[in-house]
Amino acid sequence: MIELYVMLGLMIAGAIIAIEVRNLLSAVITVGVIGLGVSVVFLLLKAPDIALTQLVVEIMAVIIMIRATINTGIASVDSGTKRFGSFLGLAVVVLMCVGALPVMQHVQRFGHPLMLVSSRYASGAVARTGAVNAVTSIVLDFRGYDTLGEATILFTAVVGVVTVLRARGRKSEDEQVPESEE
Amino acid sequence: MSGNTGTQGMSLIVKTVTRLTVGLVFLYGVFIVLNGHLSPGGGFSGGVIIGLAFVNLVLAYGRDTASKIATAAGASMIESLGAVMFISIALLGLQWGGFLQNFLPHGTPFHLVSAGTLPLLNIAICLKVGAGMFSIFLALIVLLKFESEVKR
Repeated sequence: MIELYVMLGLMIAGAIIAIEVRNLLSAVITVGVIGLGVSVVFLLLKAPDIALTQLVVEIMAVIIMIRATINTGIASVDSGTKRFGSFLGLAVVVLMCVGALPVMQHVQRFGHPLMLVSSRYASGAVARTGAVNAVTSIVLDFRGYDTLGEATILFTAVVGVVTVLRARGRKSEDEQVPESEE
Repeated sequence: MSGNTGTQGMSLIVKTVTRLTVGLVFLYGVFIVLNGHLSPGGGFSGGVIIGLAFVNLVLAYGRDTASKIATAAGASMIESLGAVMFISIALLGLQWGGFLQNFLPHGTPFHLVSAGTLPLLNIAICLKVGAGMFSIFLALIVLLKFESEVKR
């Protein structure tokens, strides 16, 4: 369990560095460190399926972010962080932790399921779906609607990104000097 | 770093390494997808691995060379194909009891052809996710091209 807390501390440190660092490329790489830390945490919690997905998606996201930031000409961000603002943020975090403390005492202990139906998923997965990997049987069979919704979200996101970015790209082919941008 | 703008691609070393490894990356993605119901993995992670293989091609060989293999139109067509495949498998289940019903015979566990419709749904998700991620990447490349032209 100690390695879990080490990874969590590393991720919190990475998040703070990613906010505080001035160079944009360094910030993107630090965000990648956080994602890889999440992947290692999933491995430590014996969830290899989600660890694999997290690892691969994190690599893809870091590649996209580096490609997006490397040529924008914005090398660094110099918005001076106000001392008062950081103190205010810290105070809000502490206040929320204090407020969440009574709630956390009513939550089930770590590893005990909140939903009792999940034990039926776990015990009857192979017999009812024929899939040896119980995660796949849950994601695609018991919780098929969830997967359909996720696929729809991804489809909508891709359509939105391609639409927003393609409109600007097409303008550059039609007219050589876009006056509206200047 | 001559490959920053992504027109000509990167150096000869990167191109050679990419040529030798990109097939292995692609095959690993296919393996992850097809074994999704037997081992950790599945359509989402395998699809992203396959998409990363194409991203690797575009990064190493440049946009113009790689666009002969992987175009934005092809990517969006494959993504739509995956979505249609998922929905039609789900709708076919209506014949045997309900939406998303696992209607195919389950087969014996630990075999590649087992678990009914789950491997087919995995393949559909793989097509959708891989092509979707790759088309987001291609859209960003088009944006970069536009911005470098504005600078000139």
